Amino acid sequence: MKNPTMPAVEHALPATTRPPRKAWPVVLHVCALGLLLAGPYALDPFYVSLAIPFMAYAIVLLGFNLLFGYGGLLSFGAGLFVAIGAYCCAALTRLGGGVAFEGMLSVAILTAIAIAVPLAVVTCRFTGIFFGMLTLSFGMLFHSFLMKFYIITGGETGLLVAQPTLLGMKFAQMDRMQFLTGPFYFYCTVLLTVAYLAMRKIVDSPYGLHLMASRDNDVKATYLGVRVQRVRAVAFVIAAVYGSVGGAILGVNTGLADPELAYWTHSGHIVFMAVLGGYQEFVGPIVGALVFTLLQDQLQSWTQYWRLWMGVVLAVIVVAAPGGLAGTARKLFDRSSKS
Amino acid sequence: MEALTGILMASLFHAATLFLLTAGLQLTFGVMRVVNLACGTLFALGAYAGVSAVHWALSRGVPVELFPLVLLLAGIMVGLIGIPLERLLRTAYKRPEAFQLLLTFALVLILQDGLRLIWGADPQQTPNVATALGSVTVFGTVVASYTLIVIGLAIAIAVGLGGFLERTQAGKILRATAENREASAAMGVNVPRTYMLVFTIGTMLSTAGGALIVPTSAASLQMGVELVVEAFAVVVIGGLGSMKGAAFAAVLVCLIRSVALSTFPEMEILAIYIVVVAVLMARPSGLFGKRYA
Repeated sequence: MKNPTMPAVEHALPATTRPPRKAWPVVLHVCALGLLLAGPYALDPFYVSLAIPFMAYAIVLLGFNLLFGYGGLLSFGAGLFVAIGAYCCAALTRLGGGVAFEGMLSVAILTAIAIAVPLAVVTCRFTGIFFGMLTLSFGMLFHSFLMKFYIITGGETGLLVAQPTLLGMKFAQMDRMQFLTGPFYFYCTVLLTVAYLAMRKIVDSPYGLHLMASRDNDVKATYLGVRVQRVRAVAFVIAAVYGSVGGAILGVNTGLADPELAYWTHSGHIVFMAVLGGYQEFVGPIVGALVFTLLQDQLQSWTQYWRLWMGVVLAVIVVAAPGGLAGTARKLFDRSSKS
Repeated sequence: MEALTGILMASLFHAATLFLLTAGLQLTFGVMRVVNLACGTLFALGAYAGVSAVHWALSRGVPVELFPLVLLLAGIMVGLIGIPLERLLRTAYKRPEAFQLLLTFALVLILQDGLRLIWGADPQQTPNVATALGSVTVFGTVVASYTLIVIGLAIAIAVGLGGFLERTQAGKILRATAENREASAAMGVNVPRTYMLVFTIGTMLSTAGGALIVPTSAASLQMGVELVVEAFAVVVIGGLGSMKGAAFAAVLVCLIRSVALSTFPEMEILAIYIVVVAVLMARPSGLFGKRYA
């Protein structure tokens, strides 16, 4: 049977079959990390504060793209786990002040795993449009839970997230902005770096190959001994963990766990970022998160109808540059290096 | 008994409009394999158009009895927006399914702000046209005539659509294109035109549903994105692409919601989705669906 979802030819080659690594990607990575670390010293505090949601979404999207780019499964419910991350922070805040961010992260990750495992068992029986609709449904189920059970969840207004301690340090003398653009910024940079390197390892591992094989031809992969459903379910759970970590950062950043995080249009924005950056490239989603954050900020300050322009950008990407920014850049680079 | 009839009639009214919305979704998916995330926003567009049409008709002194017709026509007229939308969507037919889904998501963003640009951010309401039509007594319960008219219209459209698909030449062509696009193209079917027709009819069904709901509830920007959730529940329960499934599941979903609302209001959406998950576990292709994925 022909797989209607993702014709194999549309995808980039898996990372491991590309020519051996050259020196310049390493240099690029070090430069990118250097730029991130230099940010608070060089940039206006406003842009530094924009960088935190960027890093949060970059982590969310690294996980999301394992499922979408490498697994071929388009989830329209990624917001569910982002919301779980934020609400776990809020729940810990409620239990008492001065909570460690490490504690928030561990609770968020454990909760995400506890919820993702049963959902993965159900949803990973499906592919294509059914997978998308089912994940959308579960996201909305959670959103409805957040809205209706307001005694626990705060309903429409959400729950407050207090300023956490980082590695046992309180930073009580700092105001919010100083905390976010100072220690929290560097903490997030470290988290993003760890998440990035871990995802590289996952993608380059035999498991990553199994996932890509299941995406390109699930019947053949099954014949070769790949347990397709299990491989996909694992990707679902990993994506959930990444989503919850990103959600925890977002929760601390805004100081609020908002039910809108679980709404399907928010999940749609996450898909948007992945495609904007280019889901066939490993770094694509990170580029997408960066450009989306900057674009959204610019459009919002320019017009109240910013969603309309975001829609136009998305339509143009889908119609004219399905490889996204990173994919298009690679195409241009390959062409220029050939000629 | 009275309360029961009241609940039943209210759910049938909602089921009627929800059916029109999902019928559009099903038709588009059945023939074109495109799930239209913008269906809810199109429904909202129909609702806004309905509000404007009612205001226009009131200022022209159109008799009250004709209002259902005015609304239906307004919904169908504004559904012509399907033609340019299909033009845009056409660029992505050869791309993977995910991209078509994303393009309809782009439409959600664009149309949503478009509605805000034209009609403003506040919900729009009509003067109470529904009560002006009077009421009738059904099983000892007073029911607004408008409710019955809309239920009747939805049934008429469902029967008409079924007849069109099953009995006419054009319907046969649509079904053939749904079954096998290449083969029907080889037989001389003008596939691009068929797709345009299907998408426009699908849009018209959604917008007509939106226009008909307007006398009883306000047109708002939120209704579009919220209805998508109910529409998806209907589609999953009924089975993707199945008209019979859409009709059955629309009634089922609205009944579940009414029962939940009158017993445990917190469970409104949860109850619907528990059924959705149960159906998917037991019959992944839905109650009336064929297996696509």
